[in-house]
Amino acid sequence: MSKTRVPAVENWFTTDESAPALLGARGVESGSYYWPTAVAVSGNPSAPGEERRPVELSRTGKLWSWTTNHYAPPEPYVAPDPFVPYTVCAVELGLEQMVVLGQLATGADPARLELGMEMELVLGPLYEDDEHEYVVWQWAPLRSTP
Amino acid sequence: MSEHDIAILGAGMHPWGKWGRNFVEYGVVAARTALADADVAWPDIQFVSGADTMRNGYPGYVAGATFAQALGWNGAQVASSYAACASGVTALATARAQILAGFCDVALVIGADTTPKGFLAPNKGERGDDPDWLRFRLLGATNPTFFGLYARRRMELFGATRDDFARVKVKNARHGLDNPYARYKKEVSVDDVLNAPIVSDPLGLLDICATSDGAAALVVSSLDFARRHGAGDPVRVRGISTVTPSYPQTTIELPNFATDSAAGAGAGPEHGFKESIAVRAYNEAGLGPDDLDCAEVYDLSTAMELDWYEQIGLCAPGEAEKLLRDGTTTLGGRVPVNPSGGLACFGEAVPAQAIAQVCELTWQVQGRAEGRQVEGARVGLSINQGLFGHGSAVIVSR
Repeated sequence: MSKTRVPAVENWFTTDESAPALLGARGVESGSYYWPTAVAVSGNPSAPGEERRPVELSRTGKLWSWTTNHYAPPEPYVAPDPFVPYTVCAVELGLEQMVVLGQLATGADPARLELGMEMELVLGPLYEDDEHEYVVWQWAPLRSTP
Repeated sequence: MSEHDIAILGAGMHPWGKWGRNFVEYGVVAARTALADADVAWPDIQFVSGADTMRNGYPGYVAGATFAQALGWNGAQVASSYAACASGVTALATARAQILAGFCDVALVIGADTTPKGFLAPNKGERGDDPDWLRFRLLGATNPTFFGLYARRRMELFGATRDDFARVKVKNARHGLDNPYARYKKEVSVDDVLNAPIVSDPLGLLDICATSDGAAALVVSSLDFARRHGAGDPVRVRGISTVTPSYPQTTIELPNFATDSAAGAGAGPEHGFKESIAVRAYNEAGLGPDDLDCAEVYDLSTAMELDWYEQIGLCAPGEAEKLLRDGTTTLGGRVPVNPSGGLACFGEAVPAQAIAQVCELTWQVQGRAEGRQVEGARVGLSINQGLFGHGSAVIVSR
């Protein structure tokens, strides 16, 4: 029987498997975007204390940089045994004008990444236990990119 | 020279390494060496400014008092500062403020660390509201992950190569060969660097600095005290910068998941965060990049040293590789960078590192940096980045 897929962290992203989105916020005065909302990020100092309304961030952006890690990180990362290298991507969202980190989609080939290529938000496995598969946001190259 | 200058009377260090002893021991050695160098007796120190370590329990959180106790309670005023990699300069800035406000004449600035093997890791426990914990949990974003992102960006944007990065290591390894305080004193070849196991691609094991044990200390004073003490023309601290980023901070930084959003932020700041750290120090000192004779920059990775060339204004973005290749930043060049050998030869002992950078600049402008002396050095800059928006720079001159 397959394991239940649950988010590895609550309220950071929607769990719509076909078109997930990061759950951010937008300042009503400044128009600046904020994500993640669960930890402290800088407010826009021109609008101190502005109200922030929930908003889903753009699902696509351009690849800003990437790196593949070949050593298992320390806890609390839950590394598979044997360890599998993984890639971390930085993707620039156009509308929000911000760069967002995320692991490269499971199964995508880091050797085919290029600066500026279009990336899309997907959900993928981060780790699992006996009952659950914990999923997290990931960045996948958009197929239409040459 | 300005009324905001203070004097550096003495500098001291405990050699970097992996000694596995209590950090307090190292700190005491560095302090006693700095006091002897300054010819100031410990009981005469009026203010102790400690840089904290997070890895050694409570004594590390109250480092100023810990070192004061180890040296023998002398009734001095005391402060302890934590600002990640910038802790040492925050401690120096605190001492400077006390001196310039007239609350003390002479102070000891001190930092020491004992580090575990391997990656620096977040605090233990389930810490779901701590971005430093969450970046490991949700992304596996170690510190080298961020260094790898910057390095890859440099390659893609400017055509930098792994060979360029390797040449930074080769240079720094040579610089540090005769430095008695360096941990690694061994020549390294480009092939050594290229053939080392990859950690965070494109960076390999020899591109990324290790974590070390070590300690560094400075005795600083008012210019009046220095004069009375017989140091008429002392090394001076000309500028100290500990600025935060200005919104929006658009370069991804440790330990964040995202940059700030530039939407709704107008034109944005004139300088990026790391540039702004240098600009503030230059402005305080009334000096600029052309005035530098040498620099100690935080080479957490080889590629990051190249970023710093641009961020401290030695050259325009994309030109750092040229500066490296034409020898400008090598000993004997126009502005040697990391004459000490840098973090490449030291490894990082977090609260001591920024102080160690200033020790090196002090010896350089005094002409005492045996085996690695920048000829005729009069002005030097040190710079580093911390975590969570901390960073620092110091300009010293003779």
